[in-house]
Order: sequence, then C-alpha cells, then structure tokens
Amino acid sequence: MPSWFIKGLFSPVKTTRFPKQPETAPGAVPGRPVATDFTSPEQAAHAAAQCPTGAIRAGHISADVNLNQCIYCQRCARTEPPMAWKADYTWARRLRANNLTPQPFRKSLHIRIVDTGSCDAVIQEIKQLSKPYYNMHKLGFFITPTPRHADVLMVTGPLTHHMRLALKKTYDAMPEPKWVIAVGGCALSGCVFSRGFTSAGTVLESLPVDVEVPGCPPPPMAILYGLMLLAGRVGEMPSAKPTIMEKA
Amino acid sequence: MNLHSNSAVGSATNERKSLASLLPNVTLTEPANLAAATIAAANLPSVTAELVKDFAYRAATLVVRSYEKTFTLDYWFYSIDGSPWLRLRVELPEGIRELPSISEQAHAIDWHERYAEDLFGLTFTGHPKLGDFVLHEEWPEGANPMLSDFDASALLIDKEVDPQWQPEKILQTSGAFVMPIGPVYSDYAESAQFFLETVGEDVVRMIPRLHFKYRGIEKHAEGQAFDRAVLMAERFSGSSAVAHATALCQAAEMAVHVDVPPRAQAIRLVAAELERFRHHLAILSDICHSTGMIVPSADVDILEEDALRLSARWAGHRYLYGLICPGGVSRDFSAGEMAALQSGIEEFSRRADRLRRHLEITSSFLDRFEGVGVVPLANARKLGLVGPIARASAWATDLRIYRPYGFYGVAAGIGSPPLEAMESEGDGYARIRVLFSELFTATEWMRRAIKHLPDGPIHKALPDSDGEAIGYVEAPKGAAIHFLELSAGRVKRWQITSPSFVNWHGFHLAAENFAFQDFPIMMASFGLSIAESDR
Repeated sequence: MPSWFIKGLFSPVKTTRFPKQPETAPGAVPGRPVATDFTSPEQAAHAAAQCPTGAIRAGHISADVNLNQCIYCQRCARTEPPMAWKADYTWARRLRANNLTPQPFRKSLHIRIVDTGSCDAVIQEIKQLSKPYYNMHKLGFFITPTPRHADVLMVTGPLTHHMRLALKKTYDAMPEPKWVIAVGGCALSGCVFSRGFTSAGTVLESLPVDVEVPGCPPPPMAILYGLMLLAGRVGEMPSAKPTIMEKA
Repeated sequence: MNLHSNSAVGSATNERKSLASLLPNVTLTEPANLAAATIAAANLPSVTAELVKDFAYRAATLVVRSYEKTFTLDYWFYSIDGSPWLRLRVELPEGIRELPSISEQAHAIDWHERYAEDLFGLTFTGHPKLGDFVLHEEWPEGANPMLSDFDASALLIDKEVDPQWQPEKILQTSGAFVMPIGPVYSDYAESAQFFLETVGEDVVRMIPRLHFKYRGIEKHAEGQAFDRAVLMAERFSGSSAVAHATALCQAAEMAVHVDVPPRAQAIRLVAAELERFRHHLAILSDICHSTGMIVPSADVDILEEDALRLSARWAGHRYLYGLICPGGVSRDFSAGEMAALQSGIEEFSRRADRLRRHLEITSSFLDRFEGVGVVPLANARKLGLVGPIARASAWATDLRIYRPYGFYGVAAGIGSPPLEAMESEGDGYARIRVLFSELFTATEWMRRAIKHLPDGPIHKALPDSDGEAIGYVEAPKGAAIHFLELSAGRVKRWQITSPSFVNWHGFHLAAENFAFQDFPIMMASFGLSIAESDR
C-alpha cells in the first residue's frame, strides 16, 4: 500500500496564479484571431475567404473577427498573409450591463452545468476547472448537482430540440437571483451545427444570457475569466450596485 | 485503405472461393479489397448467420439510402483475418418498406436497425424492440428526417413533451420500481437518461435513453461541400476529433481515388496517437475520481492537462482541431517540433507508468473495480463490442493491427508490431489495465512514425468528383467507421458509426445485476461518450 498522503505532500503546487498574475504557460490557451490590418483590400478579402463560418469580415484594408462564430480551425492563421492571433484568454463578454452580480454573491457562486448538445471536449475543459491546474474552488466557484442550489447556469451546446424542455426546467428550478453563462461557440452561434429540425435556436437566443464565453472549445482559462467577469471580479468593475429586485 | 498489407490481398482469392459458395454473385474489387454482393431481403438472416459463424465476419454498419421511392440497404461486414470488406446489398422495390431483421444473427446491427426504422421509416420484422429511438415521443409519426424529401430546415414538432414519460416496466415483482436518472444529472455528465430497474439495492437492468444531443449532422451535411463535413466530424465529438476527421477524409480519398502523401499519413498517425494518449488519461481521471482517490486523481489530471498543453504547443489546438484536412494535413512540422513532442510524450509515459505501479498495489482502489461490470468474452463477441472495452474481455478488435490503414501498415513493419493490449477478465480492473497499456503502445506507435517520418508533400487536393467508400480508423474508444457518398465534391450521404454508439448498445445489455453504488464506477470504467453516440 503506497502512501498517497506522502506523495500528495511532496507534489508541487500547479495551480494558476490568475487573477493575481496572468497565466502565461505555453499551451494553456490556443490563441484567437484578432482584427488585423492588411496592405490591400485583396489581402483582407483573401483572409476573410478562408473562414468557413463567416466569422471574419473584410473591411477596406483590414479584417474584423466575430469571435462568437469562430470555430478555431486556424485556417486564417495558416494562409498568407495571415490574420493576427493573440494568445490571451479574455474572450468572455458581459452581455447585460444593468444586471451585475450583487455584492453578497461575488465571493462564492454555485454552478449547475447543462449540456445541450456540445461536443465532449467542452465538458472536458469545464472539468479542468476543478482539477489542480485551474482549481476554481480556490476562487469560490463550485459545481452543484442540483439546480436548487445553483446561482449560475452554465450552458454548453447548440440547444438541441430534445434538450429544450430539460434546460427550461433546470432554469425554472433555480432560485432568484440567477445568472446564465453560455460557454462555447456552439451555445452562442451554433458552431458548425445547423439549426432546423434538430434545433430551433441557440442558447443565446433562448435564455437571458449574462456572460458569453466564445471558443471551440473554450480553454479553461477563458471559462474561468468568464466566471470572474460574471462575479464582477475582473474586467470593468460594476458602476452601480444593483439590487436583487432589479434582477428579477 | 490503399496501404493494405500483402497478406490481406493474398488471402483474398481463397476467401472469394468460399464466399462465392455462400454468395453466388459476389464480386471482388482488388485495390479496395472489397467484396460486394446483392441478395434478396428474405435471405438476409440466413446469409448473415453463416457469415458471422463460418466466415468470422463482424457487422460493421448499416447504410440506408433512399433517393427516389426505393431503398438501398448496404450491410457492411469486416473481419480481422485479412478477408476483404464485404458489402451485402438489399434493394427494396417501390412501395416496400419492410424486410427481415438480422438483430438476432448479428447483434451489433440491432441499434442500426432502430436508427433506420426511426429515421427512414423502414420496418424490420422480427426485431425485438422497435419504436422511438433517435426521435423521442413528441415527434409526429411518419416523420423520417433522413429521407431525401424531408425538409431539414424547419422544426417539425407541434406537440408538448410528456414530462412523465417512462419506458415500459419490465420487472414485475413486488417492490420493483424504475429509478430515472437524467437527462440533467451529476456534476459534469453529458445529457442522457437512464432508467434503472431495481428492487432496492440491486439494479436488475439499466435502460438508456439517448439522443438528447441529436444534432442530425449526417442530415445537415447533405448537399454541403465536403470540407464542411470534415469540420463537423471534428466537432461532433471533440475528444476524438482526429479519429473521426481522419476516418471521414479516408473515405473521401478512397471515393475519389487520391493517394495521400506518406508524410501526411505519418503525421496523421502521430496526431491520432497523441489524441489517444490524452483521451485515455481523461478516462483514467474519471475512473480515479469515481472512487474518490484524491491524490491519484490529481496526478492523472495534471498529466492530462500537460498533454493538452503539449498538443496546443505542437499543433496550435488543445484538441488538435484543424490539423486533419481532406487529402492530408494542414500544416507541416519541423524535426525540432517532432522531437519536442516525442520527448514530452516519453516523459508523460514514464509518469503514467509510475502512477500505474502505485495504483496496482492500492487495495482500496482495486476493491472497487475487481469483478465490477464484468463483460464475458461471449457477450463481447455477441454484442460486437469494440475498442478498449472489448479488448479487456479478450475480444481482439484493434483495426490498427488487423486492418492497417494510413501509416500503420508501415509502422507495424518496423520491428515487431506493438502488441494489442489484451486482458481476459472483462471487469473494471481489466479495462483500467488495457487503458494503461494503450498509453504505452500509443507512445511506441508515435516513436516509430517520428523516427521514420517520410519526406515529401503533406497534402494533395481532392478533385470534385463522384464516388462512395467506407473509411475507418481505430478511434480512442474503438472502431470508427464512416461511409461517404460524394457527388461533385458535395456530400450526398454520410453515415457515422461511432464506437460509443456500438458500445452503449453493448453496455446496457452487458451491465445487469449490479449494485446501485457501482453505477458511477461502471460508467467511468466504460468511459463512453454521449456526444459521439448521439451525433
């Protein structure tokens, strides 16, 4: 019988120092395309033409990126001239400025995850948050198996028709105040999955989403940043203190 | 499929003789090593029974096509002894939508028939259980999305879902009840529903209800450029992205007769084995978590994240999306990049080995797995299980060894081929040992491909032509088989047979009479994916 206790004691701490220090470990994030300046309209059009989902929009001599539609196929990075890629993880955006997290919830949020048809990679990346490298418990985020205990609904996937009722029941079962965080390009734009007989619309269109985290799949750092943004602990600080009544 | 070993082609002539006695009109296409025959629907059960029994053929998939008012059903079979792939074709004349089921003779086809019944509106007479499968009960009767005249762009449902829906109760004894689990359950579980029939402590049987995540990608891909289908193949089950993208690309390359450059094939092998390495670590992590072993869990978790970071440093994406492309791979790697990958994997392999040796002498861990979720060899064979689960029951299935594709034929010829990881007990512990062994064989495959990496181009463009073919790989979870029909470079029909689809069918039949508290442990040791099964 080996002593796991001793082994655990002598294992070094791996956890990210975020948000005190930015995470810079190579490979922790795959990077993302960002708005790029080219020298000619043809170059901008060429870069936009590489994108299979229309996430890149060509301007006059520049190209802009709609991250929600990006599926991280890296085609724009491998063409000539390439789009610029940036290795950051501040991908999440707050969608409802007037709906900021009230003060008492900032330090501890309980999260219920609902998978509405995402690939298993997104689930794996969310799981990483509880694992040693990211350890979101240290920042006060916890996963709960029941919606009754949840403050935050974390939704992934293109919202398949079969999951629509389950998602609604889960959302309805959560006590007020509650927040929704949509994780992954599939929840925001459908990713490569078409709407139609299997899906009537994305999570973004179906629930009052507070924070969106693009990515295919979003790396754990991007999801962690999204949670911190939701809690009002990174990014722009909330200007006014909202009340629970406002949320309802 | 163009790199079949010589022995496979050599034995094909003998096979044709014997096959011809069973199937008089069988034809053999040499380069593809494919035998094809058309038979009458009525003969299907008897022919299948003989194929399975006397020819050691295994059912691979069922591909239904319906372009006009008629149906063409292709039953695909393969064997691991070098005989050709076999395609049995049944053609149904206009107006006929009924044919005999072969679920009894080839159990692996059971769910394929349910799939075809639900999505094509065919009836398989004699099938033990037809009815709602992919489409749940709220779908109108007669809606068959895979038919060519179905409008896939609009939602069809007009009824409310019945929240109290339950399957028929099979167990009729006092105190028996059905315990529903899901579709939203547990901490990180994918969406699926399970009904545990129980009389208290012991679960007599488990009935899964899947396809909550049905995204209909096979239907939505129809009419799209092939390139788009590759993006879908990567993303419907991200943890096996390389495997599915490779299988689909191989089908297309075969269909339009393009030989992929050897360097691209070798890079595909390295990517596939890197994916397998990372995938198995994720399963082992779930296994450790299911028993509450904190320190080993953390150890595997750190290894898994290290493997993810290594993947991102190597190919730019943590799950290797965007690397496989039609006709090859999308980027080349320098010798330095390959060496960095190899030294990383060698180190992970050593760390995994240390962990394995520790776990093997931890009795509190072993107690939870030994004798839990036993699948005897006879069941593995009957249900046609694939992948590490089958190998833990001594059922040989590794396509990399028995039906070498891509660079595997070459890599196997360098020295003695890496042995197939096999165990015989078929319990949870055997599955864990197989997973660990496959970490080390994956390292060995990678080592060989990197050492003997051919020079040359990494990509060859595919012409926009017509054709159809089957592509297969040994995905991390087992055999992944993609059938593809192309028309002017666009997808006409795409059928995915994923290892999880096959193994979920086997799992719910194999897992009987277990204790309640073993359910999460069994799920973890089987390591099945819903996303891969539901597609």
